[in-house]
Amino acid sequence: MKRPSAASILLAAVPFVGMCLSVDLWDRVEPRVLGVPFNMAWMLAWIALSPALMGIAYWIEKRR
Amino acid sequence: MSPGATALSIIFAIVVIGSFTGFLAARHRTSSLEEWAVAGRGLGLALVWILMAGETFTTFSVLGVSGWIYSKGGPTLYVLAYLTLGQTFIFFFGPAIWEHGRRLGLQTVGDFFAVRYRSSLLGAVVALAGAVFLVVYLQLQITGLGIIVEVASFEQIGRAPAMLAATAVVASFVMASGVRGVAWVSFLKDFLMVAVAVFVGFGLPWAHFGGIGAMFDAVIRAKPGHLVMPGGTQNLTHSWFITTVLVNSLMFAWPHFFGGIFTAKSADTVRKNAIIMPFYLLPLGLIIIAGCAAILIAPGISNGDLALLTAIRRTFGPGMLGVIGGAGALTAMVPAAIHILTASTLIAKNVYRPLFAPAMSDDATARVARLTVVAVTAVALALALNSSATLVGLLIMAYSGVAQFAPGIILGILSRRVSSPAVLAGLIGGLAVAGGLSFTGRDPFLGLNAGFIGLIVNVALVAGVGRLTPARPSGFE
Repeated sequence: MKRPSAASILLAAVPFVGMCLSVDLWDRVEPRVLGVPFNMAWMLAWIALSPALMGIAYWIEKRR
Repeated sequence: MSPGATALSIIFAIVVIGSFTGFLAARHRTSSLEEWAVAGRGLGLALVWILMAGETFTTFSVLGVSGWIYSKGGPTLYVLAYLTLGQTFIFFFGPAIWEHGRRLGLQTVGDFFAVRYRSSLLGAVVALAGAVFLVVYLQLQITGLGIIVEVASFEQIGRAPAMLAATAVVASFVMASGVRGVAWVSFLKDFLMVAVAVFVGFGLPWAHFGGIGAMFDAVIRAKPGHLVMPGGTQNLTHSWFITTVLVNSLMFAWPHFFGGIFTAKSADTVRKNAIIMPFYLLPLGLIIIAGCAAILIAPGISNGDLALLTAIRRTFGPGMLGVIGGAGALTAMVPAAIHILTASTLIAKNVYRPLFAPAMSDDATARVARLTVVAVTAVALALALNSSATLVGLLIMAYSGVAQFAPGIILGILSRRVSSPAVLAGLIGGLAVAGGLSFTGRDPFLGLNAGFIGLIVNVALVAGVGRLTPARPSGFE
């Protein structure tokens, strides 16, 4: 198997920081986003953002 | 017709349509183990996506997740995090697993260990442990089915007979159709489930509060602190969140996800599927919102798993309860079918065959696997009838166990030096620690997920024993 590039591993690490390790920073109710508590809105935003990052990683892997 | 009868007839009709879809999809296909267990490695992106999503979006997601936000609040967000992050592991390791699988004819996670480490003992241990965790997961689906029928019948039908009937339907469905049939039923199930999520996610807050924002205003006013961690719990803190998300994101080690990778028709399909999977979680966000609405619509329910359905019953008529219950029933049946199928294949191929009948052909193994379906289902049903734990509590325990497979899988792909005694020692040590802590009520332990502590012990043992034992050449070379 071809080892993945450092760039795509780095891209994959970003959601781990955003959704998991940084929980102290975003686990609060205010400010609300369209009425939804901040922590919930934050999670939902990352659900949409992660595929975008992994899509870039896919493109990087494909080009190598 | 009484409201209960109306709701139940709709549920029944949806289940019948779903089952027939499965039977039809599997017709004219051979009954080989390869077709039954991994669909001949021929599924394209759409079917793999729907199959994997079907495995993710279970009755646990609907009743368990809404039940947790209802009773425990903020900590529930861990579900959204690990299901997203788990895909990155599949992105990187899925293609390699698929390639080795095609080249060497692997069908199960037990095959992976047995072949990579040239040890049928290791394969059998993994298969047996995997089957046990699948039975736990299966038990959740059966309990979920029982809850749906109980609430939808307005308590006219007890949970026990409901579970019995539902289980019989699922088991015969699996024996007849195999994994391809299950994938097709997933289409119907997921279409219904997404519609239901949108309906209850917007409908419940709108009907009672006039909108999602107003609903959250009311919940925050009534229960300040409930929607952040630790919410309604004492010990589900941020350190618990981080360690639980990390442990659960190793979900590719679940035998049914692992097997799902093999059903894909190419390594590229596996990788693309991992990219788009998180979109599937957006409906789950709506289920969480609906669970929040249930906090004030149906207060005072001690078993949170019942909260969402009770709120739906109080808000919409029995017809709507039937549609939602039917979607929920399929949502339990589809994953249940995959769990039964995977557990049976593991036991027949990786435990029974190497121990009792080494010369048995694949076709004969497929027949043994179909018989094992009955045993696996019966055990899960017995557990479901006797258990009082909540859906999420049980699942966290099973995820802690399954994560212990991950070091052996990842090192098996990346490293040439890891030895089979080292992996076996790590696995047993990790399982003992994670299981010991969970069963004695010490999860979380010092604020950390029990499976996480198990993983630390696991990796330390792999490294320690690995220094003492030489690695034999990998079975992948």
